[in-house]
Amino acid sequence: MTIRDLIPILDAKVLCGEERLDEEVCTACGSDLMSDVLAFVKEKCVLITGLTNVHVMRTAEMLDIHCVIFARGKIPGDEILEEAKEIGIAVLATEHTNYTTCGLLYQAGIKGSASRTGA
Amino acid sequence: MANNLFVDSYDVASGAFQTAGDASASIKRKLKQLGIDAVTLRRVAVASYEAELNLIIHSNGGNLIMEMSPEEVLLISKDVGPGIPDISKALEEGYSTASEEARDLGFGAGMGLPNMKRNADTFDIESQVGEGTTIKMGFTIKR
Repeated sequence: MTIRDLIPILDAKVLCGEERLDEEVCTACGSDLMSDVLAFVKEKCVLITGLTNVHVMRTAEMLDIHCVIFARGKIPGDEILEEAKEIGIAVLATEHTNYTTCGLLYQAGIKGSASRTGA
Repeated sequence: MANNLFVDSYDVASGAFQTAGDASASIKRKLKQLGIDAVTLRRVAVASYEAELNLIIHSNGGNLIMEMSPEEVLLISKDVGPGIPDISKALEEGYSTASEEARDLGFGAGMGLPNMKRNADTFDIESQVGEGTTIKMGFTIKR
């Protein structure tokens, strides 16, 4: 599945990062707590969050996350989108809640990051 | 290390939430340019970001130092206090003394030190209350 395939599943809008839409997605992580994201995320992961601050993009950059989905109708500010563009992250926004967004993606076959990061 | 290809040091100020991640992003970009493998790069980036956040959230200020040799990346976090009274407690997952400000930003869940330890191949922490904390993390580069 690619980032582009997620758009109709979530009725999502693409806020930036069109050039990344054909990249593969293997797992997903849903959290507003970046501490936990840093501890659990695996490769080719999309991040689902309702937290809209610049640290979301910084966390995504560290973990090589190429797609961030803002749930429950949250639209990040320009500063955050500029940061995303600079790093090269596709940003989607959906009206669904975190829970529903995760459920829809899971139903579509995207599983969670099962184990912790690290060696 | 006499054989270092690259040494880099960053000042990290206490409470500098606005610029949190700048040092780690810079370290990550430099290591990428130096051709380090993607898996090691991610481990270093995560540990570096956790260390940088800890300096901002908990310390009175400090430095993040990255040294790269052909075999490994060494990441050193060194601060000027206040020191950790109980290191074994601080290494427990979920134990946190972070401020509300840190928590509002999505951090301070008590995962920082355990996550650094898990991502690094070698992990050494020394702390003296009233003096400061030094953390040394080694990452073996895959060839």
